Amino acid sequence: MPDIKLACDIAEQVEAICDKHGNDPGELINILHEAQHLQGYLPEEMQRIIARKLDIPVSKVYGVVTFYTFFTMTPKGKHPISVCMGTACYVRGSEKLLDEFKRQLGIDVGETTPDGKFSLDCLRCVGACGLAPVVMIGEKVYGRLQAADIKKILEELE
Amino acid sequence: MEEKKVSLKIDRHEITVPEGTTVLEAARIIGINIPTLCHIDLKGTCIKNKPASCRICVVEIEGRRNLAPACATKCTEGMVVSTSTLRVMNARKIVAELILSDHPNDCLTCPKSSDCELQRLALRFNIREMPFNGGELSLRKREVTASIVRNMDKCIFCRRCESVCNDVQTVGALGAIRRGFNTTIAPAFDKMMVQSECTYCGQCVAVCPTGALTERDHTNRLLEDLSNPEKTVIVQTAPAVRAALGEEFGMPAGSLVTGKMVYALRELGFDYVFDTDFAADLTIMEEGTEILNRLSRYLDGDKSVRLPILTSCCPAWVNFFEHQFPDMLDIPSTARSPQQMFGSIAKTYWAEKMGIPRENLVVVSIMPCLAKKYECDRDEFKTGGNPDVDYSLSTRELARLIKRANIGFRLVPDSEFDNPLGASTGAGVIFGTSGGVMEAALRSVYEIYTGKKLEHVEFESVRGTEGVRRASIDLNGFELKVGIAHGLGNARRLLNEIREGKNEYHVIEIMACPGGCIGGGGQPMHHGNAEILQARTRALYAEDAAKPLRKSHENPFIQQLYEEYLGKPMSEKAHALLHTHYFNKSVN
Repeated sequence: MPDIKLACDIAEQVEAICDKHGNDPGELINILHEAQHLQGYLPEEMQRIIARKLDIPVSKVYGVVTFYTFFTMTPKGKHPISVCMGTACYVRGSEKLLDEFKRQLGIDVGETTPDGKFSLDCLRCVGACGLAPVVMIGEKVYGRLQAADIKKILEELE
Repeated sequence: MEEKKVSLKIDRHEITVPEGTTVLEAARIIGINIPTLCHIDLKGTCIKNKPASCRICVVEIEGRRNLAPACATKCTEGMVVSTSTLRVMNARKIVAELILSDHPNDCLTCPKSSDCELQRLALRFNIREMPFNGGELSLRKREVTASIVRNMDKCIFCRRCESVCNDVQTVGALGAIRRGFNTTIAPAFDKMMVQSECTYCGQCVAVCPTGALTERDHTNRLLEDLSNPEKTVIVQTAPAVRAALGEEFGMPAGSLVTGKMVYALRELGFDYVFDTDFAADLTIMEEGTEILNRLSRYLDGDKSVRLPILTSCCPAWVNFFEHQFPDMLDIPSTARSPQQMFGSIAKTYWAEKMGIPRENLVVVSIMPCLAKKYECDRDEFKTGGNPDVDYSLSTRELARLIKRANIGFRLVPDSEFDNPLGASTGAGVIFGTSGGVMEAALRSVYEIYTGKKLEHVEFESVRGTEGVRRASIDLNGFELKVGIAHGLGNARRLLNEIREGKNEYHVIEIMACPGGCIGGGGQPMHHGNAEILQARTRALYAEDAAKPLRKSHENPFIQQLYEEYLGKPMSEKAHALLHTHYFNKSVN
């Protein structure tokens, strides 16, 4: 049995998304995309509902979820941190920033802090190369960031 | 309408084939055996996997710049194909070398050694060194279940197991997850097979070209028991084993080796050699009586009777409905499988008769099946922790043991099963093939229901290879409608119809493996050759035809068992020893 039970209304919303796409297995990726939008991730229970609605094995759903890096089964933190590893940011030291975030938060890429406050991910280019190295926290873009600034930024975020 | 034909040239041969034929199929017609690895197409069953992903079968086609996969390239008019130019042979060799770059180099100790399709290709392509040392990844799991051993380091991602598990069996336990070097084949959410919907049908093992999926091996355990003077070790052999065991010793498919098998089992040191066919006859007595009971209550207007009644001999099928149809657990017959009936009778009736204490009696079964290993392990088939059947070996494991014990199988004489648990009728023998349980049941049900002697015991209408078959049998004016399904995907279709109230049958036989037990997951590897399965089926019908008794209720030792011990079929004692109940194992 799945460990976490989905809230009833979430389960209904997942079913509604499947219905909207005609419960068509060919629409799996679109359905997962929308379902992930509900809570920011795709827990096991959600994938089981989708498999049942589309009448496909849950192993197929899980296969697609794990194939595409866009999909995630880890709940994102309240403040999702994305470090740009695009070429410009990378040559201007974004890897050092990433290491500092890892050290400060005690988590690895793709993980969330136990208190649910921060999650850490990488991305490729936000189109602000002039500000390299760039980090996004939530919707906010931090440009020309130095490793030394990180501690203060994290402390300011509630 | 006449089939459209196309003519082409393959190597030096002109050939005309129906439109739609692949280059691979056309080449095979003229004896050109293009090597394959991911491809499998077991004709006459729904087992196929044609992803065209491994590129071992590439050929050169005139006018095309790139090499083409023969398995996925359709023949066209005037096509000129070369299957063994230097360019082609080098390309194939490099593909194989790349696959080997990420493959453990442990053929000497691999359970699939000498029966491995990858090993065969390495030999065929004359690979003498490993030129590529690629990255290897650690996320792959090893898992030992009661039936199946999964060693994902040896997986080459042909996806045959995935096709069989999802498309053929509709179990959905195995699928490809993640990507690139992190890819592995596993149950959803990276769970272990024991936590998944896996039925242990073993069809993934039957199609795996390498040692990634193999059976749980009990040969060493058996050798220890056989050499323990305190133990009485007895064996039962399933019907389908005798029709396939010879293949492991180079005999043609369909060779019946019943007598040699019995002789070899004695040579191995078993104290008594018995036959699961005896228990198959017993199954017919119990299941047949249950069918008659339900039918007569139904005909008397009892609305509470659940029909159809489904057979319950196949342990993978039992696992399947426990997982996938937990709302229908009251439909299958409660009769245990022949393997379990045998164990139960051996450790009560026979052990008491012989004065052997239960704990000193070891009951071993030789089965064409991997789910039988799991079935032995089920708690409801144990008394005080002691299992009715201690463990089960596959046909392949028996062959390995015979070779290890220096028994020249092809040369040994025939021997006879011991009595009383070795006596059987032709009805018991055909349990090993799709339609056989139904036919065996009909032979007895007909005579008991009508009170008339059945002149022609062969029910041709239930035989065959169609995935779902139906037939009507006239029982004194009552039209008994029966259905037969093999392959769990076909079973699912029938069960869905029943769930929707569209049932047209009174009795349905279901076997999990395509072809029935003759195509079981514990049988010698068929490597995609469907003729092997057909030959095994013919062998079982031949053994049936040669038997003096062909109806289960005429088996004198079965009659004796009821007189001396059980009373009558479905008696209280029979219920306790020969029937079971089912559990809701839904994962969802």
